[in-house]
Amino acid sequence: MTIGAFGALLVVVCVLAPLVGSTRISLVRAFSRSQPFADNVDAQIFFIARLPRVVGAALVGAGLAAAGVVLQALLRNPLAAPETLGVSIGASVGAVVAITLLPDFSIGGISAVPVASFTGSLGALAIVYGLSVARSRGMSSTVLLLGGVVLTSFLGAIVSLVQYLADFSQTFRTVRWLMGSLDVGSYPPIVAALVPLTCAVVGYATLPRALDLISLGPEAAAARGVDVVRAERVALVSASLSTGAAVSLAGPIGFIGIVVPHLVRLMVGADHRLVLPASALFGAAFLIGCDLVARTMFAPLELPVGIVTATIGGPFFLWLLFRRTR
Amino acid sequence: MLRVVDVSFAYGGQHVLRDVSFVVPRGRIVGLLGPNGSGKTTLLRIVAGTLRPLRGHAEIDGADVTTLSRRDVARRLAVVPQETHSAFDFKVQDIVLMGRYPHLRAFEIEGPNDLAIAREALAATGTLSLERRPFNTLSGGEKQRVVIAGALAQAAEVLLLDEPTASLDLGSQLDIAALLLRLNRDRGTTMIVCTHDLNFAASLCAELVLIRQGRVLALGATADVLTPENIRALYDVRADIMFHPRAQHLTVVPIARA
Repeated sequence: MTIGAFGALLVVVCVLAPLVGSTRISLVRAFSRSQPFADNVDAQIFFIARLPRVVGAALVGAGLAAAGVVLQALLRNPLAAPETLGVSIGASVGAVVAITLLPDFSIGGISAVPVASFTGSLGALAIVYGLSVARSRGMSSTVLLLGGVVLTSFLGAIVSLVQYLADFSQTFRTVRWLMGSLDVGSYPPIVAALVPLTCAVVGYATLPRALDLISLGPEAAAARGVDVVRAERVALVSASLSTGAAVSLAGPIGFIGIVVPHLVRLMVGADHRLVLPASALFGAAFLIGCDLVARTMFAPLELPVGIVTATIGGPFFLWLLFRRTR
Repeated sequence: MLRVVDVSFAYGGQHVLRDVSFVVPRGRIVGLLGPNGSGKTTLLRIVAGTLRPLRGHAEIDGADVTTLSRRDVARRLAVVPQETHSAFDFKVQDIVLMGRYPHLRAFEIEGPNDLAIAREALAATGTLSLERRPFNTLSGGEKQRVVIAGALAQAAEVLLLDEPTASLDLGSQLDIAALLLRLNRDRGTTMIVCTHDLNFAASLCAELVLIRQGRVLALGATADVLTPENIRALYDVRADIMFHPRAQHLTVVPIARA
């Protein structure tokens, strides 16, 4: 029931968002079969110019929100997110290196940038997870969080270094990429992102109940029959796949992984069998909404959506912190 | 029946348990006493199957717990830790239903039968009226009773309790002791209870196992084992022990460091 409502919201947003833009189009005409697609301007704008961006926003929003839910449960900390574990900065290093060293490389409409940023995000998580299991029995969530913080500033320095050494036009591109933007103009990058996202969804599907139990502590979960080590690995791999896919599509878009799961928990409660799918659906709708603001607020100028999510997310995060510590 | 057979364990070369053996017959409450760092919690983890012993084994109804799957072990015995925190706002009912996890197949949702078992467990621990409350808003004693309800919903036959009253006030300690005695009497629940509270142990446990530096110092019926000599050997403390006619069990009054 609840999931149905969130699904309906996403479908409505997906259909309405492409209607908004510099040229007014009609939904009826866009879906009309009375004239061929080649002559139907409304359909062309809807399906070719605007829908890829909306679908991209949906995938990115869903991927980041789901990763946030899973990481928060795993670390038993509602403030954990892909960016706090160094996953986003890992992706940024990959992207910045690719933009600087392989600016013109491309296979089948996909440049080196998404591939490199995807690899970077997996690499960063592998390092942090490796550190967290190296010295303790089981995974240390303290090491995972602190490792993420340290890795973020260390890799941030590498990003700055590469930018400093790059020429002007490359630096401009990297700066734009790091702002996070949903300027998805075609379908091939979306199809490419669907591969890791599908793997992540398979992993996520096995997790919700185990996450409920792990949120009482790994020892308590193990005593109730959860294979904790396996669940932790599935969770981390799925979270990095979906974050990696999201970041490779749109750059590092902040706060979705914190804001969305928190709002959803306020609406549906704590049960991850509801929270996880509802967050993915709501995250998709939320980012489409943010992108709509980014596209229309200073039209015809299109803001990078990362600016919009950060201006909403930053104050929200502080409010969350304040509410928790009071 | 639980059996611990010649169990040894070491953390990084440091021996924590050496050749520990004892038996817990069905329906018995056995107390595990020993100073901090004596290996009690490690032993409990080995019995629960969450830690593999270096040598020896723990068995439940004749089966080595390390050969059973996590779910199989969890269906037969449940663990009650000293304290339980939830990172998210689960309701009391959710916490108890989580005990049904090892009984459900993958992707299976709790059915009416599981709900009935959960409510019955809440009723047995006197917490049915808290069913809809957020778990994190309960008092320490209420939380512990709810966690015991979850343990009953999981595996009503055997409970392993790790210092279940250590962070509770006096009244709540008595509540928990009375609850555990009632569960043992009415349902025949077998229990191993780790504790530092000697009077709690004396009021509850038919038998005691005393552990010092990873070895069994003494074991047997509480009346035989709970002696001033053993307390001195266990904790380096001089204590008076007497049967208290109004409490109807042995009481320990510590006098001084030996």
